[in-house]
Amino acid sequence: MTVPRTPPGTAAFCLALLRRQLTLAARRPIEIGNPLLFFAMVVALFPLGLGPAPDQLTGFAPGILWIIALLSSLLTSDTVFRSDFEDGSLEQLLLAPQPLFMSVLAYICAHWLVTGLLLALVSPVFALMIKLPAAAIGALVASLLLGTAVLSLVGGIGAALTVGLKRGGMLISLLILPFYMPVLIFGSAAVQNATLGIPAAPYLAVLGALLCLAIALAPLAIAAGLRISVDA
Amino acid sequence: MPPGPGGEALLTVVALCLERGGRELFRDLAFAVRPGQLVQIEGANGAGKTSLLRILAGLSRYGYSGSVARHCPLLYLGHLSAVKALLTPRENLAWHVAGESSYSRPQIDEALAKVGLYGYEDVPSHALSAGQHRRVNLARLYLSQCPLWLLDEPFTAIDKSGVAELELLLVEHVRRGGAVVLTSHQSLQVAYQVQILSLSEGLAA
Repeated sequence: MTVPRTPPGTAAFCLALLRRQLTLAARRPIEIGNPLLFFAMVVALFPLGLGPAPDQLTGFAPGILWIIALLSSLLTSDTVFRSDFEDGSLEQLLLAPQPLFMSVLAYICAHWLVTGLLLALVSPVFALMIKLPAAAIGALVASLLLGTAVLSLVGGIGAALTVGLKRGGMLISLLILPFYMPVLIFGSAAVQNATLGIPAAPYLAVLGALLCLAIALAPLAIAAGLRISVDA
Repeated sequence: MPPGPGGEALLTVVALCLERGGRELFRDLAFAVRPGQLVQIEGANGAGKTSLLRILAGLSRYGYSGSVARHCPLLYLGHLSAVKALLTPRENLAWHVAGESSYSRPQIDEALAKVGLYGYEDVPSHALSAGQHRRVNLARLYLSQCPLWLLDEPFTAIDKSGVAELELLLVEHVRRGGAVVLTSHQSLQVAYQVQILSLSEGLAA
């Protein structure tokens, strides 16, 4: 027997997980594109439904953009752990000697990088589609960057709890939508304030605080949810 | 480590009882797995072999009574192969979620060659057959440094020569001072003492 190899440290393991998840995502580019296309489609629906009067749209734009961001995050949250559950990788992850808290954080981080981050970066284009004032675009991107990270973390809790169910899609929405509400309130308020020329910083600070809270607590709930789902 | 049973227990099970769906699967099961032991769990379909292995591995944490103490790192291979179809065999092993250890590229290539996947290192796993998927998973055994292996039906979908090689590997592992607990419906053709663990009667001496 050769010299015993020691398990990789937590940081190295999480980086490997992150790389694995990002490679997997990159090999299915359609799954990355879908939420963005969904966003574009729904934004295009609003002028049709509400009428194309620019002033009216401008008033509703912050709320519209934030609600769509929330829904497109909801659409993808189900997939975080599903394929790993189905092929048995999740069992192996639970048996890994590294702390599960950090491992799930790596999973969520990878998920956010291919959903929330991309969404925040392309959101200015959608904002122009429904005539959000240019002054508010900075606040929109900043609030989406912070907010979608919270959504990914909270969505991960729902995903972990429903991953064992064959059809978890509807249940996950009912479970996590209530927890999305604070993010929606502060996120859209930040953009709304920016359109009126009032500083958005206080709302962004609240979103940042929500993010800190979610980073600290959500992985605990996700880890527990995964253990329950794999156990059942 | 000396060959043959002996040494500190790697796994101790005390008074394990499991009930599923109102039916008692096993009761007061007590045994210890020591270095050098090759244990085969026997029982009919639905007897609780997989449930027992999952309890031993620590994946099932509720629904049973009794205690399981694990004294060393273990490697568990379940029914599902944990092989990602979108990754190549090499990537599957290099970024494996079990986080046992980080392997160098030559180590991974050597293990893949040993399971007969030489030349398939960079083929996406969805292009591999079911048996080859299992083999990617079994390559972990060649890389593993864990003393205790828990294997659930390791011979499923493996061809005859693969089974023979796997049996040799198991014997080599227990001779080195490791231990193996496995479930299988076929009897092992090995030049080593296989201990039978009956779910109703416990570990035969």
